[in-house]
Amino acid sequence: MQEYFIIIISAVLVNNIVLSQFLGICPFLGVSKKISASLGMGGAVSFVLIIASFITWVLQTYLLTPLNITYLQTIAFILVIASLVQFVEMVIKKFSPPMYKALGIFLPLITTNCAVLGVAIINIQNEYSLGKVMVHSLSHAAGFTLALLLMSGIRERLEDADIPESMRGTPIALIVAALMSISFLGFSGLT
Amino acid sequence: MNLQKEFTKGIVSDNPLFRLLLGMCPALAVTTSVNNGLGMGVAVTGVLLASNIVVSAMRKVIPSSVRIPAFIVIIATFVTITDMLMHAFTPALYTALGIFIPLIVVNCIILGRAESFASRNTMLPAIIDALGMGIGFTLALVMVSAVREVLGAGTFFGLQLLPENIPALIMILPPGGFIALGCILGLMNKFQRKTA
Repeated sequence: MQEYFIIIISAVLVNNIVLSQFLGICPFLGVSKKISASLGMGGAVSFVLIIASFITWVLQTYLLTPLNITYLQTIAFILVIASLVQFVEMVIKKFSPPMYKALGIFLPLITTNCAVLGVAIINIQNEYSLGKVMVHSLSHAAGFTLALLLMSGIRERLEDADIPESMRGTPIALIVAALMSISFLGFSGLT
Repeated sequence: MNLQKEFTKGIVSDNPLFRLLLGMCPALAVTTSVNNGLGMGVAVTGVLLASNIVVSAMRKVIPSSVRIPAFIVIIATFVTITDMLMHAFTPALYTALGIFIPLIVVNCIILGRAESFASRNTMLPAIIDALGMGIGFTLALVMVSAVREVLGAGTFFGLQLLPENIPALIMILPPGGFIALGCILGLMNKFQRKTA
C-alpha cells in the first residue's frame, strides 16, 4: 500500500510531468489561456494517457517481450496512441461540439503530446506491475491537469497585468512556469 | 523555387524553436549542458532529414486520408534506428538524453515539416528544408544550453569558465530551463521590433 502512495505523491507533486520532467509542454503553453479549455484538455489527455498506458503495458508484456521484438516499442506504442486519439476526437466531436471547438487544433496534437508516449515508456522502464502502471499513469494524468489548471488560472489574471511589450505571450508564460517549477521543487523533500 | 531561401528560413525567420515554438520539450529538458543540447540537435536533424527524404519520395503513393499515420510510422522507424545507433556508438550521450531519444518521434518539428513541406515538394527542396530546420533547431538548442551551462555550472563544453562558488545551480535545475528560454524569447522579440 505504501509503495502505491509513494508513486502517487512522486508523480503528482515531486516529479510533476510538466514542471519537472518537461513532458507535454506544447499543450501546457498553448491551451492554458482559459480555465475551461485547460480543463477539457486535461480531461482529454488524462483519458488517452490512462488507456494508452494500459494497452501499451499489455502489448509490451504479452507480445513484444515474449517475441523478443522490444526494439519495435516506439513504433508499436505510437500507433496505439495515434489510433486512440482519433477515437477520442470522434467521441468529443459527437457529444460535445463546444468543447471540440475550444480544443481546436490541440486535439489531434495529443498524438504528438510527449506526455502520453513518455509515461508509457517510463512505465515499461520502471518494470511496474499492471496495478502500479494504472496508479502511476492516473497520478501523472492528475499532475498534468493540475499544472494546466494552475497555469490557466494565473494566465487569466495575467491578461490585465502591465507586462513589457516584448515579454508578452509565450515569454512571460515561460517565466510563470519557471516560478511554478521552483515552488514544485519544494516538494522534493517529500520522498 | 529559391533553394537558398528555403535553407535560411529555418535558421532565422522561421526558426523552429524561437519563432514557431516547436520542439519545446527537448529544448527545456536536455539543455543542461552544451554537449547534450548539441547531441539532441544532431539526432533530431538526422531523423528530420531521413524522414523528409522518404516522405517526399512517397508523397504520390500515400493516400491523403492515411497520410498522418503513414508519416508517423516513417518517423518512428528512423527514430528507432537513431536510438539503436546512439546506444551502440555514443553510450554516454544515450544515457544522458534517456527517454528523450524515443520521444523524438513526437517532436512536432518533424511531423510538422513532413506535413507542411515534404509532402508537397520534390526531394531536393525537402532535403534543403530539413537541413535548414535541423541546423536552426540545433543552433537554438546550443544557445539555450550554453546560457544554462555557463550560468548554472560555470562551464562551457565541460571547460571551467567561472570559479566554482559563483554559478547559480537553479539554471541547470528544471526551473532554469523555463527562465532561460523565456528570457531568450523576450530578448528576441525586443531585438526584432527594433530592427523592423
